[in-house]
Amino acid sequence: MKKQLFALLFALVPLVGVAAPSSDLPYSMTPDLEDKASLQNGMKLYVNYCLGCHSLEYQRFSRAASDLDMPQDLVEDNLIFSSDLLFNDQMHIAMDKGDAENWFGAPPPDLTLHSRLRGTDWIYSYLLTFYKDEDQPTGVNNEVFDMVAMPNVLEPLQGVQEKVCPEDEDASGDGSCDVLQVTEPGEMEPEEFEEAVYDLTNFLAYVGEPSKLQANTLGPKVLIFLFIFGVIAYLLKREYWRDVH
Amino acid sequence: MGNPNRVKAERGFMRWVDDRFPATQMWQEHLSRYYAPKNFNFWYFFGSLALLVLVNQILTGVWLTMSYNPSAEGAFDSIEYIMRDVEYGWLIRYLHSTGASAFFVVVYLHMFRGLLYGSYRAPRELVWVFGMTIYLVLMAEAFMGYLLPWGQMSYWGAQVIISLFSAIPLIGPDLAQWIRGDFLVSGITLNRFFALHVVALPIVILGLVVLHLIALHEVGSNNPDGVEIKDKKDASGKPLDGIPFHPYYTVKDLFGVAVFLFVFCVVVFYFPEGGGYFIEKPNFEPADPLSTPDHIAPVWYFTPFYAMLRSVTFSLFGLDAKFLGVMTMGAAIAILFVLPWLDRSPARSMRYKGWFSRIMLGLFVISFCILGVLGVLPPTGVRTQISQICTAVYFAFFLLMPYYTRIEKTKPVPERVTG
Repeated sequence: MKKQLFALLFALVPLVGVAAPSSDLPYSMTPDLEDKASLQNGMKLYVNYCLGCHSLEYQRFSRAASDLDMPQDLVEDNLIFSSDLLFNDQMHIAMDKGDAENWFGAPPPDLTLHSRLRGTDWIYSYLLTFYKDEDQPTGVNNEVFDMVAMPNVLEPLQGVQEKVCPEDEDASGDGSCDVLQVTEPGEMEPEEFEEAVYDLTNFLAYVGEPSKLQANTLGPKVLIFLFIFGVIAYLLKREYWRDVH
Repeated sequence: MGNPNRVKAERGFMRWVDDRFPATQMWQEHLSRYYAPKNFNFWYFFGSLALLVLVNQILTGVWLTMSYNPSAEGAFDSIEYIMRDVEYGWLIRYLHSTGASAFFVVVYLHMFRGLLYGSYRAPRELVWVFGMTIYLVLMAEAFMGYLLPWGQMSYWGAQVIISLFSAIPLIGPDLAQWIRGDFLVSGITLNRFFALHVVALPIVILGLVVLHLIALHEVGSNNPDGVEIKDKKDASGKPLDGIPFHPYYTVKDLFGVAVFLFVFCVVVFYFPEGGGYFIEKPNFEPADPLSTPDHIAPVWYFTPFYAMLRSVTFSLFGLDAKFLGVMTMGAAIAILFVLPWLDRSPARSMRYKGWFSRIMLGLFVISFCILGVLGVLPPTGVRTQISQICTAVYFAFFLLMPYYTRIEKTKPVPERVTG
């Protein structure tokens, strides 16, 4: 029976799926949905820097408030800027799609599911790797999204980042000048900025799948129940099968 | 049970029912007096598990239908509505989406069991044929279900698969248009796929499952030794190596259910996307007929056949490569139906068949898995060559079977099961 149990577990391994292929993104991050302070800060940054152009069409303010432990009045006073939006509304934007298309070439995408579409590593890397490029209409380019249409809206926080030659010649090996470095400091130190981008990405990870919080709470209970059920089922089976020879 | 009056009343009630409907008789025929071989091993869990997953799909499907909007404008939004605003909607949806993959996992293992122990051999040919028909309809069911979230991969996957029909000479393009109901995949296609997915095909599947079980219970279950337990009966007519399905296999399967559900729930709660194989990443973007994803791959359970389709890169006898690929894919599924008539071995079970059969089964399984992996990846020159070899092995397993099962040296089959 033990052998069968292991065999059954082994046979079900394909269910877990094969890990997605690793990519060559410069940065990676692991979301932490239990870190409410990080998620709250992420939401604050999102509302202040992103929500002007990028809607979260499926995310309600009220749901975020309850999931991220924020009182209603605090959210209404500090995070809902538009007078058209109510606490229970989704996080819409005021910008017209047609206007956006004229200004940027393509309307800025809704970001509710972006963390699931592109992955959190991509968002994290994207936000960290804007650099100065005078050839672009917005004056910036991006390491993971070449010729990006979006300006670096976080520049006041990060400062101006540029591609420079590495001080240590061996660092790049081929003598190419493609090391990103902040040349004009912003409001934040580089470490501080990285943390802020982490919070922002963490918030988008939450927005992509708010039910993850419920799954994390319910999952262990269901699994413990199934384990106990399995033990009892096994003992019952053993008892019945005693008379089979 | 202790109260004699109550026992009497219960018997009276059952007698009343039995006079009008064969409830006790059915219970006995299919459960309490259905004698199954006592030596079922691990591989025999998957039949009952397939039934469990079918029930899961129907129940969660019914609840999803309550909130799903089958229109091109509303489908994608309604999925997110289910995921966020419907109480436990996320759980119902993940049980359904994970259940689809789990269905194919258990069905593939169930089919492998049949190949391993010769469960398709006479007199069980119809059990196998009904089972294969379930598998075929299940593929259609899963394919149509995958369009419903109306994400990018839903849309383009459907576009690619339906366009395969257009490869058929003469009627192809009209046939593909007739299936879509439009010149390209559109809301009309979505509506008809919805109707077929939630009404028509589930009815067909349920009917086929009933036929599969009736045929099975008529001839009795095979077992790992491939010997007929009905040949050796005691004085009262019960098979010597048989035990009543209920309670012995109901309690055993209950344990299998617990282990299965444990693994299943780990996926549902912690890895519902299955590493991007159960729910593919591009499906988190609404369908856009004007923008094709970089790489279109069908869901994992179709990829072995998809790889076979792509492996045909040459024209033959005036037929173009695309049509030959479609034919190859169709033949790969069709050949499974005639398997019972290809096996000529005196032994049913792999335990007593010769080395030739074992090696061929091993190569067959390896080829099928390699094709599954290649079907996910974009094609390259080497990959196409590998999939051509694997496709050849796949067909060789079946087409050479009448020869290698006849010429190989088999072991003597015991008279009774060996435990």
